Amino acid sequence: MKKQLPMFLVFLCGMIMIVQFVVPHEYSQTLFQHSQDFVIVIGVLALPIGIYSLMKSTVTKARREPKERLYSLITIIGFAVMIIAGLKRDWFTSSTSLSSNLFNYILVPAQATLFSMLAFYIASAAYRAFRARTALAAVLLITAFVVMLRLIPMPEPLSTWNAEFVRWILEVPNMAAKRAILIGVGLGAVTYSIKLLLGIERAYMGGD
Amino acid sequence: MRLSGLFWILLVLCAGFTGPARGQGASDLAPPTDLVAADIPNDKGHGVQLTWEPSADASRVQFYEIYRLPYRPPDEGPPLRPEETVDDDWMRVGAVAGGVTAYAQTEGNTTIGAENNPLYVPRDAPTYYRVRARAADGTLSAFTPAVTGIAKGNWFHTQRVNVLVIAFVLGALMLYFIQKAKRGEKIYIRPIPGLSRIDEAIGRATEMGRPILFVLGTGTAAEIATLAGYTILARVAEKTAEYQTPLLVPVNDPVMMVMAKATVKEAYLKAGRPDVYNPDNIFYISAMQFPYVAAVNGLMLREKTATNFYMGVFHAESLLLAEAGSITGSIQISGTDRVAQIPFFVAATDYTLIGEELYAASAYLAQDPKLVGPLKAQDMVKAAILMLAVLGVLEMTVFKTEWIRSLITPH
Amino acid sequence: MPWYDRVLSIDRRWVYLILGLAVVVPVIVEMHIPVTLSREVQAVYDFVSEVRDGELMLLAIDYDPSTMAELHPMAEAIIRQVFEQNGHLLLSSLSQFGPAMTDELITRIAADYGKVHGEDFVFLGYKPYPAITILAMGSDFRVPFPNDYYGNIVDELPMMAGVHNFGDVRGVVALAGGTAADFWIIYGNAKFGVPVALGVTGVMASDYYPYLQAGQLFGLIPGIKGAAEYEQIADRPGEGVRGIPYQTTSHAVILCLIIVTNIAFFAKRAATRRHSQAISSL
Repeated sequence: MKKQLPMFLVFLCGMIMIVQFVVPHEYSQTLFQHSQDFVIVIGVLALPIGIYSLMKSTVTKARREPKERLYSLITIIGFAVMIIAGLKRDWFTSSTSLSSNLFNYILVPAQATLFSMLAFYIASAAYRAFRARTALAAVLLITAFVVMLRLIPMPEPLSTWNAEFVRWILEVPNMAAKRAILIGVGLGAVTYSIKLLLGIERAYMGGD
Repeated sequence: MRLSGLFWILLVLCAGFTGPARGQGASDLAPPTDLVAADIPNDKGHGVQLTWEPSADASRVQFYEIYRLPYRPPDEGPPLRPEETVDDDWMRVGAVAGGVTAYAQTEGNTTIGAENNPLYVPRDAPTYYRVRARAADGTLSAFTPAVTGIAKGNWFHTQRVNVLVIAFVLGALMLYFIQKAKRGEKIYIRPIPGLSRIDEAIGRATEMGRPILFVLGTGTAAEIATLAGYTILARVAEKTAEYQTPLLVPVNDPVMMVMAKATVKEAYLKAGRPDVYNPDNIFYISAMQFPYVAAVNGLMLREKTATNFYMGVFHAESLLLAEAGSITGSIQISGTDRVAQIPFFVAATDYTLIGEELYAASAYLAQDPKLVGPLKAQDMVKAAILMLAVLGVLEMTVFKTEWIRSLITPH
Repeated sequence: MPWYDRVLSIDRRWVYLILGLAVVVPVIVEMHIPVTLSREVQAVYDFVSEVRDGELMLLAIDYDPSTMAELHPMAEAIIRQVFEQNGHLLLSSLSQFGPAMTDELITRIAADYGKVHGEDFVFLGYKPYPAITILAMGSDFRVPFPNDYYGNIVDELPMMAGVHNFGDVRGVVALAGGTAADFWIIYGNAKFGVPVALGVTGVMASDYYPYLQAGQLFGLIPGIKGAAEYEQIADRPGEGVRGIPYQTTSHAVILCLIIVTNIAFFAKRAATRRHSQAISSL
């Protein structure tokens, strides 16, 4: 029963989604709208569980490892301050509020910094991975080289030739490979979904 | 204030009187003809499609203006009919450029705020339309005779037959191959290196006495790749339960956390070691991409994880995670269906499950006929698509016809 | 240790340092890098050019601060162009931290052109779950956004009179740093048929060329280079054009690193071959 009821629910919800996909009538669309609202409600209801988990793991870590205490404290203070700073709509939308300042002067630079680290990691990964070990690796290397060359200024007509060649690479071989993967992914997703609906695939519920 | 209101009402009334007179009097601009109002197919029933023949003076027409009788709710009386109305009762719903001879009106809201919506298109009830032409110099043609459009809610989306047919064919083939596999027929699955190395990677962590990290990506529980990630998580958890190796699962979504806890707990029960299960090892960090990455990278560096799994939906964080794992010297196995992230994983992790390989994990790991059968069905459909693509290209190139294309494109 | 082994096993922190220095160069030396224009960016510019004199388009700001360096210049250029043409703008945000950035951007630019919220533009605000929100917007913008970002009732805003769903906007330009881009294609274009163009980060760009060729996207602005192209077409140089030298120097360094590592790789292979030949001849 513990497994059968969730599986029945999965089947029922899946069938409703399939039916609404092929039935455009207002009744079906209203049902679809309500089901989408449910997803939002479930997400919102699950949020306190997430917050509890975050706080619990932070406190446990602080208790267990003295070195972690400072970071745990920063996490808890940051969490509390952001909640308080955004309690009222006006505090949230005003450009001079604490919430906006925290957003503009802490969150924005911190996120931008983390994203910019990607450039360093790409350089490092390219340095290690782009080696012409085999004929295929050499093709990959040359292609990557040509595509990156697009961003390096070159005298005309080299620059235009390169831009046209890069466009061809992106639109023909790149797209062929991507479509092949996408067709596989699409079919795989349909198969996986049918398996889920029929209760064949149940590993996400802990298996049999 | 009242005076100015009166002034505007008078002005509008004057415009109402002068407008049609100018258009319908001795206008030398020919009106459009053969106006037809039809239901818009495949919709929920609040749309009417209008088509007409261009005016005889098409070269002079700048716009065609579309008018309709406003919607009247049942409690305010019966619907307005053209023969009971004067020109002022008609309201303009839109205009299209002179070269265009079609207009679709869709409106499903009965009210705008607290007011009735006069543009509402009722289902299964008549809505009356008429059209006139307007020249660049402002000259108006006469109106076409009023026509009736009845919007209908459609019970079947004819444009989606192809999807339905493929899904049914795939479903039928799946059942066929499941039966075949159940009868004991051997179905071959090619080796997938990323999956065959899972046990080895777990063994390594056990030997080193260090934990294993499992990242389910930054997607949601509604995505197939995430669900496929749970399949591999179940397998990994079962092994870590046997070996008593700590398994850390930081997640970015509370729903996913609840699911991950259930999956790992079941796996530990299945392995006969529920006593080793530690729910605190599966925890929520943040729904935001980069704070999540920062926390997971910190976890890798502090806990010195020996093996890292990345299975699910990944975005820009793929390389940030994989490079941090590479710095700590972990064995890394990744899998995603996000095409843009596959190159990063290939470059920075030891093994990568590419696209559908991730979905095939459950069949590959369990070797259960119920799971292997669908894989075969999927391959058959893929082969059919490939053949259709080749034949379609040949047909279009050699015979210059599009029969195959029209076969798979809904009408 | 031979030189090639040292090069091949170099500590990655040296790579980071070299790249860091390369990014600093344009700060010290002023550089003017020409930008080659592409058809996909021109298509977006042409579309926005038609949004004039009361015409309406939807600009979706679906990115977070992390990708703002690449996507913010696009947003700025498009908003300025629409306002200059007296077009109307509907803005929405499907990423968590989009609203604050959108608010700052639109308030600043609207002040420059004397544009009024509710009359010339409307900022609907943020809703989670992009796929569901786009689906709901397809039936009516008021379903996910009964109130705008500032708490006004959408029905009471003059610009929104008669504007209900995608059928009432000329098209959508979505600037996205994540999955929202896919949802605009799947739901916005495929389900509701609204013309969609995307502005995405450089890393994401190659993912969206198939949709461009299939006609599911009418235009694409890829990364900072795309932003620079847009600014150049619009003759309004901004952050995009200023970002190009940084991208150029960093790419040049990565190219040099790839050349160096391959020279070392081949030198090592030749040395190994010589070594094994010497052993076999003994």
